[in-house]
Amino acid sequence: MQMTKKWNEFFLNWLIKISGYSAIIFVILIFYFLLREGLPAIGEVSISNLFSVRWYPIEDYFGLLPLIAGSIIVTIGAALFAIPIGLCAAIFISEVSPRWARDILKPLVEVLGGIPSVVLGFIGILILAPYLRQLLDLPTGLSALAGSILLGGLAIPTIVSVAEDALDSVPRSYRDGALALGATEWQTIWRVTFPAARSGVLTAIMLGIGRAIGETMAVMMVTGNAAVLPIKLNSLFLPVRTMTATIAAEMGEVAKDSTHYHVLFLIGVLLFVISLGINIAASTTMFQQRKRAERILS
Amino acid sequence: MINGFKEIYKNPNSSTSRKIKQKFGFSLIGFATLITVIPIIAIVLYIFIKGISAISWDFLTTFPTDGVKAGGIYPAIVGTIYLTIFTAIFSVPLGIGAAIYLSEYAPDNRWTRAIRIAIINLAGIPSVVYGLFGLGMFVIFFKLGTSILAGSITLSIMTLPVIISTAEEALRAVPQSFRVISISVGATRWQTIRRIVLPQSLPGIMTGVILGLERAVGETAPILFTAAVFFLPRLPSSPLDPTMALPYHLYVISTQVPGMPVEIQYGTALVLILFVLSLNLIASIIRSRARAHRQW
Repeated sequence: MQMTKKWNEFFLNWLIKISGYSAIIFVILIFYFLLREGLPAIGEVSISNLFSVRWYPIEDYFGLLPLIAGSIIVTIGAALFAIPIGLCAAIFISEVSPRWARDILKPLVEVLGGIPSVVLGFIGILILAPYLRQLLDLPTGLSALAGSILLGGLAIPTIVSVAEDALDSVPRSYRDGALALGATEWQTIWRVTFPAARSGVLTAIMLGIGRAIGETMAVMMVTGNAAVLPIKLNSLFLPVRTMTATIAAEMGEVAKDSTHYHVLFLIGVLLFVISLGINIAASTTMFQQRKRAERILS
Repeated sequence: MINGFKEIYKNPNSSTSRKIKQKFGFSLIGFATLITVIPIIAIVLYIFIKGISAISWDFLTTFPTDGVKAGGIYPAIVGTIYLTIFTAIFSVPLGIGAAIYLSEYAPDNRWTRAIRIAIINLAGIPSVVYGLFGLGMFVIFFKLGTSILAGSITLSIMTLPVIISTAEEALRAVPQSFRVISISVGATRWQTIRRIVLPQSLPGIMTGVILGLERAVGETAPILFTAAVFFLPRLPSSPLDPTMALPYHLYVISTQVPGMPVEIQYGTALVLILFVLSLNLIASIIRSRARAHRQW
């Protein structure tokens, strides 16, 4: 009896330890299987072809530049309005609004984070794109701009939620000190609270941008999916195609182990590496912030 | 910080102009909050108004007909429920196990830090990359084919970070003294976790599980190449069958089917949103009730 009990406990402890390490195992597995299917592309397609400006897989043109540029332009467009709006909303919710309003506003913003991106894409097609076409007199509303607006909407909840947490964790005494010196609340926010929370705010911005780069469905549905290099000034108003949308739109139609199939996995490797970079950068600033907070409090 | 204080001390502007500035500033960021919140309410209300007329008992319980341009969305609803249940079967034990490890066992060393970074990275990997991974590992390497099983394992890995971090937070919230007392009366570490820590933190863990599954319900990209098909004449009969699913169905009928009636599109969007919002609602009810009944 005592033996089996001990053995059970030993067994359970091991199970728990393995599930603890599962996250690391999965990250490695994901990277391995992406490389396994994606690396052959480098042997099959010349480097100059991969870095050309033409994506036309049927005739073996696998230029990734238009797709990378498409992702960048849509993400920059999204960041341009999601960051200021998101940060202002976070400040309002954390510093200005009364307790009861905060208890309504924060969950509400998190609900937006939960709305499936395919639903936003659907609204984008039916309402946003036709509206943009009329408003700006464009040939089609399905453009980088429509993608940016939707992506911004998807990034805002992440930015608000993380930035609000960061502002909220600034010690009360900082604010009291500034107010006691005669600063207005507005001055306290911008010169004391906000700078004190800056590494958390930076994390919020990075996670928001990460969300925008990786978003697939909404972008695929509203950007018009034209794989052209967006170099002209007006490219924000023209159709583009992002890396994520290319994978989602074309993977269903390619034969397994064809060159096209391998190149799509290679794009996946690229996306994986980008998100890894952003998240490691974001988490190091997060750890630094925690350490500094511990130093101040001790 | 110090600079902030100095500046305030050096430039005490006249108090009226500072107050006007503050009023202006507050209205500006209040406006930013409004344009964050109003579109959410507007989108949900709009889909509700446009979609409610399409929803009937028949719409929810019959198969699509006429190349999905008429009839109901029954197989898509059932498919989403199947996917959610199988996702829960994989992700709940694993996620809670990982949370227990991090909160009760893990030493504070570089391995634990590596686990935390891995979790943050799992949360940030684009959903379509999960789809590629599921295709490469489960559909092709393990030869599961396009199936509920392949899709839900893929989804469960994607939901792990949400479940782990919320559950860990709930476990950590149980006061240390509870554990000390349990160990001091002779309970083993596992008995303490099983009888004391887990029951106390159950509402928080449930919240995490539901929030994770909410994400799985709405995702399209991970099941694009691993589980979902456009149309099935009958329900899937085993976990190795492909399935229809609500988000994928909405994607297909709003982009790939010319002449699709708008009411069916709005109806499908509404059913999907109701799924997600009701999970969200359940999670917040559990959370607020647990806060009210907490024993410490």
